[in-house]
Amino acid sequence: MTHFLLLLLFAFFVSLVFAVLMRDEPREQLRTGGLFFGAFVGAALAIGWLMYPLPL
Amino acid sequence: MNGRATTAEKSRPRERGSVALLAVAGWAVPGAAHLWLGRRQKGLVFIVALPLMFAIGLLLQGRLFPFEPSQPLVALAAIADVGLGVPYLVAKAFGLGAGRVTASVYEYGNAFLIVAGLLNFLVVLDAYDIAVGRK
Repeated sequence: MTHFLLLLLFAFFVSLVFAVLMRDEPREQLRTGGLFFGAFVGAALAIGWLMYPLPL
Repeated sequence: MNGRATTAEKSRPRERGSVALLAVAGWAVPGAAHLWLGRRQKGLVFIVALPLMFAIGLLLQGRLFPFEPSQPLVALAAIADVGLGVPYLVAKAFGLGAGRVTASVYEYGNAFLIVAGLLNFLVVLDAYDIAVGRK
């Protein structure tokens, strides 16, 4: 299992729980969950890209 | 009785004792408090998603941290792990969650275990808010 797949899986679960906690209507839950998921993955890619040149 | 709570039943504040019992049930079985309050859809999502996250964490060779006050971060991780209730107790009883620090996905496993427990604490707080009529 790749690290990126695990990242997607983690983002999926956390987004799902937050969306269901925060919203009552399924349509709103889907929208919020999608937004959270996109934000998690986007932020991870952006931070990963910014760290790429670092000598670690 | 058709098993579905009406809006009035859902928003009615409950007695202190029953709220405490509800919180304990919600901690022990993720989603149980929401099911008890008639929030079936939310309860079902939590009862599936949180134990599944926990199981994935164990499969990824994450560690169920011990309570070590001399190491504050380890102790905090242990408190987070306990947040999942019965699945945590079952895993401990079967000796799971020893963790293998050399596994390439060890830190992912820890993240899944810790976050599953923390999310369940949030779920319990949400159920509490519903039970006392704040939501």
